[in-house]
Amino acid sequence: MAGQARDAAIVGIHEYPSRDVEGQISPLQIKAESAARALQDAGLTWSDVDAIYDAGEGGGMGGLAMAEYLGLQPNIIDTTNVGGSSYEFHAGHAKRDIAAGKARVALLTYGSTAHSNAAAIGVGGRGGGIHPVDNMESFSGMTLIANYAMVAHRHMYEYGTTSEQLAEISIATRLHAMRNPEAVEAMTALEFLDIRETSIDDVVNSRMIADPLHLLECCMISDGGGAVVIAAPEVARDCQKPPVWILGSGEATKYPEIGGDLTTSAAVQSAPQAFGEAGVTPQEIDIAMVYDSFSITVLTLLEDLGFCNKGEGGTWVEGGRLRFDRPGDGPALNTDGGGLSSNHPGMRGIFLLIEATRQLRGESCSQVDNAKLAVAHGNGGMLGSRHSGGTIILGRD
Amino acid sequence: MADIKRPLPNLKEYDTREFWKGTKQGELKYQKCDDCKTIVFYPRRHCTGCLGNNLSWHIASGKGTVYSYSVVRQSYHPFFRNQIPYAVAWIDLDEGPRLLSNIVGIDDPLHEVSIGQRVEVEWEEHEELSIPLFKPI
Ligand SMILES: [Zn+2]
Repeated sequence: MAGQARDAAIVGIHEYPSRDVEGQISPLQIKAESAARALQDAGLTWSDVDAIYDAGEGGGMGGLAMAEYLGLQPNIIDTTNVGGSSYEFHAGHAKRDIAAGKARVALLTYGSTAHSNAAAIGVGGRGGGIHPVDNMESFSGMTLIANYAMVAHRHMYEYGTTSEQLAEISIATRLHAMRNPEAVEAMTALEFLDIRETSIDDVVNSRMIADPLHLLECCMISDGGGAVVIAAPEVARDCQKPPVWILGSGEATKYPEIGGDLTTSAAVQSAPQAFGEAGVTPQEIDIAMVYDSFSITVLTLLEDLGFCNKGEGGTWVEGGRLRFDRPGDGPALNTDGGGLSSNHPGMRGIFLLIEATRQLRGESCSQVDNAKLAVAHGNGGMLGSRHSGGTIILGRD
Repeated sequence: MADIKRPLPNLKEYDTREFWKGTKQGELKYQKCDDCKTIVFYPRRHCTGCLGNNLSWHIASGKGTVYSYSVVRQSYHPFFRNQIPYAVAWIDLDEGPRLLSNIVGIDDPLHEVSIGQRVEVEWEEHEELSIPLFKPI
């Protein structure tokens, strides 16, 4: 790995534990609480922070509002919001800003009470808006799940992918969730009917929500949040926990085009940037934290990240390859239980960074022995129409 | 509940109002650049192929092919919840543009829609505009 730059490292993390806050705490309060705990995890404090990255989900004008709320006067304020992948974009930007000498300690926060707000993220019709896209599409009643389902249908049509193959993603993720007490508590709080390890039959026999996606292929809608602290090498060396280096980053968008390929995502553009910068290949990756809004999201992204060829994802995931206890078979997938079975408050990109960091520190509930390299890939917006992709490669010393 | 209607486009929206005006006459319109021949869809003021604004409106035949689809079984929207199950689809018009719509004119959306299926526009008329839905040919 000669030439691999170690310009910035994740030094502090926190995942807000509750997935049902019962109206007792606001998104902004979750962000601040998570920030404090992540700084504590790093052995740093408020006054160390000189850069904030914020998707604006707490209201106000994003980074402007957060600086005051946290009582900070940062030199870098970045309010990038590209949906659920915003935090991978933030991590890439933080690395860039730290490497440029513009910042030493960067803070990323996320908070949401989507569950408490009873926000039907997945099955709400889209409201009529004044953006031209909404004006052309809202009349169709396409739900968010139907949007992803159309990717799945096309993938099945072109490559023969099956619901049983997609179910592999759901059952590996649920296996990991059952090993994570916070995920089990989440499923309990959200009143999942059957909290146990699942089988392929369980998934394909669950209720169809939007053909061909079944209930157990869809993420939960929870409350939650978290924070990540990223620091320059000279700071990272003195932090409490071992540094988890940001080795590479990439970002991209994708939208409908004439003759466009619905089975391919923005990851085909963002992943080569990230892997190239890191100087590693997908085959070297131990941990794949891949945005699991739906089973098809993961299948598409695994292909586009380069773990297998386009169209071969269905066969590739068969036989439990994605489990944490199958090292040497390819990466372990979403070892925290993912959005499918642990935590999805709307934009889960920050949890991809958090669990990847746990793995590289040796702190995961489904720890992969000697995990050295992780990829976190966030997908924001809607996979089946316009979306963003952010890829981050992480490595330990 | 009879007054709960399909969400309709806003005729004041700058980029797409010409498209929606055309629908009242049963015209399914798209734009093409006179200079670089790029087809622009959804409608815009500027050409995404060159730096110009010389876009002309053309009228599509209304025929196309289902690129992909899903049958919605669950919706909390006050209008669409009463339409369940209904098919949404990306439709590739013969002229190129890919648009999102519903497949209608069938008894059973669960079994009568397929990728590659040939479809044509069927207008759902409203006071100021019509909605382009599609039915199998
Ligand atoms: Zn042009």
